[in-house]
Amino acid sequence: MSSGLAAPIIIPFTTAAIMLLGRRQPNFQHVSSMLAAVLHLATGAWLLYTVHHSGIQVLHVASWSAPFGIALVADHLSSLMVVITGIVYTAVSVYSRADITADHQQRGYYPLLHILVGGISGAFLTGDLFNMYVWFEVMLMASFALLVQGKTRAQLDGGVKYVVINLISTLLFLTGLGLVYGMTGTLNMAHLHIKLRMIGDPGLVAAVAVLFLTAFGIKSGLFPLFFWLPASYHTPPVATSAIFAGLLTKVGVYALIRTFTLIFPFEDNGLRELVLVAAAATMIIGVLGAATRYQVRRILSFHIISQVGYMILGLGLFTPLALAGAVFYMLHHIIVKSNLFLISGLIQRHGGSFELSRVGGLYRSHGWIALLFFIPAFSLAGFPPLSGFWAKMILIRASLEVGQFVLAAVAAVVGLLTVYSMVKIWSEAFWKPHPEGVNERAGGVPPMNAWMLVPIVAMAAMTVLIGLLPGPLYHLARAAADELLEPGAYVYTVIGNMR
Amino acid sequence: METVLAILTGTMVAGSVFLMLSKNLVRFIFGLVLASNAVNLLIFAAGRLETSRPPLIPQDATHAAVAVANSLPQALILTAIVIGFALLAFIFILFSRTYQTLGTVDTEAMTDAEPFAGEDSAKGRRP
Repeated sequence: MSSGLAAPIIIPFTTAAIMLLGRRQPNFQHVSSMLAAVLHLATGAWLLYTVHHSGIQVLHVASWSAPFGIALVADHLSSLMVVITGIVYTAVSVYSRADITADHQQRGYYPLLHILVGGISGAFLTGDLFNMYVWFEVMLMASFALLVQGKTRAQLDGGVKYVVINLISTLLFLTGLGLVYGMTGTLNMAHLHIKLRMIGDPGLVAAVAVLFLTAFGIKSGLFPLFFWLPASYHTPPVATSAIFAGLLTKVGVYALIRTFTLIFPFEDNGLRELVLVAAAATMIIGVLGAATRYQVRRILSFHIISQVGYMILGLGLFTPLALAGAVFYMLHHIIVKSNLFLISGLIQRHGGSFELSRVGGLYRSHGWIALLFFIPAFSLAGFPPLSGFWAKMILIRASLEVGQFVLAAVAAVVGLLTVYSMVKIWSEAFWKPHPEGVNERAGGVPPMNAWMLVPIVAMAAMTVLIGLLPGPLYHLARAAADELLEPGAYVYTVIGNMR
Repeated sequence: METVLAILTGTMVAGSVFLMLSKNLVRFIFGLVLASNAVNLLIFAAGRLETSRPPLIPQDATHAAVAVANSLPQALILTAIVIGFALLAFIFILFSRTYQTLGTVDTEAMTDAEPFAGEDSAKGRRP
């Protein structure tokens, strides 16, 4: 039964290999991409169902028992992340038909997309630190290639900054990993949970933990390590930037949550305070950065940063409610943010530009885009009854419960400032008249494209659904948080009674 | 021996940080090569050094009776070298493409993705 655990990793890689055969058949590539994505989503859902009903699942690859071999582990957090990956994967696969040009397609867009998702799923499911490093590299390599596909000036410029900073992060990760191995002689995360507690020198452990914090902080766009993100995310094709925006930073957040609950649980060494300060600064700087930008995707990129701050706030508070909030926030955010990037493609296609100064009048000419934008945008800002409201409410309530009034205030104010940016896009792109006049562009207006609309409508519907019925998702997030705070079950499932 | 390796690793990291802080991309590449080798050396030293005993045990034993050389760090380093080499190949091509297109290796002169306020960005023009 647990051998199906590897399916979310195997499906994308197999598809990538098949894709390479059909380079000249865009139809074949697109249809089989959609099929693979749906299959990935289905296996993810099955995995979540299994984990929820029969507990944490482990697969010892090639029957090498833990901690000697590589273990794949699915708990609530991992399987929820795999499901959400499947959702974005499916949406982007469908959307790609309309957005990806023949040139990009022939240069290998589809195989790279699948390899990227395979790497992401691997990082979510692995129970071994070195294996996680390898998945990170797989993911990075595919993302590097996707990011600079097309080789425009802006892409190469953004790509250089993205690649450079991410490579440094990788080296820090590898350094931390080497030192952890030197101290404990193991790389299995469950085993590390036991072994690191036996290290006599807490300062040494804290120093290594800071290396991991920095490495994953770069990946997740934490203040002050986020500068690669707004430099690069607005340059590739819309479909690519949507999957980046939804998933890549969240792999970093996942790694942070996993590391600081399982491997280095917070103790009284000041790390928790450091994380909380970084979270608050990330929220504030991200939202202020967004306020200064006038290009749709650049505004949205800065909002990714500010939203990552909320998730890290949940990790730093380190109570069951706060961690459940962080997990809930992450799931809501991935859907909403990917959707906003997909919608930015609609704005560009029907309004003519990503630049707010060059678009306008979309409310009059394409009222349905306005409605589709409204749902995720105001969910991001935290308006009831959309999904973002509950996510923010859980986190603010969690901060109040532990007496962190300043952090609760920051979270609330940043929510308000998010409204400012969303209203800016709303009034510039939708309300004000088009600067060049609508009539001048007559004939140049493309018809609406069902491949673009279907994923956007589906994800907007999910946002509304989570908003109206937050109970089941909160229940799952809470189960994930309980497992994270009591890693005993995880450790026992992976390595049994061995000490 | 570990002490010597630790000092060597530290020196290499210091040199690589100096090179990577440069705004010149060519210097950055050299810094990166140096840093990744330093990290490999660190993993090697962290696995403890044992020079004379190979990791072989008698056929009927389940574990080694005395300290033997640790083969796992070598496997880890080998993986890291392969991945690092692939990344290096990619980064060389990316930087050379960037130089051809943007005409500079100075990161401060690269403002195409993030133009100054008031200028429109990301028009996506091909060279």
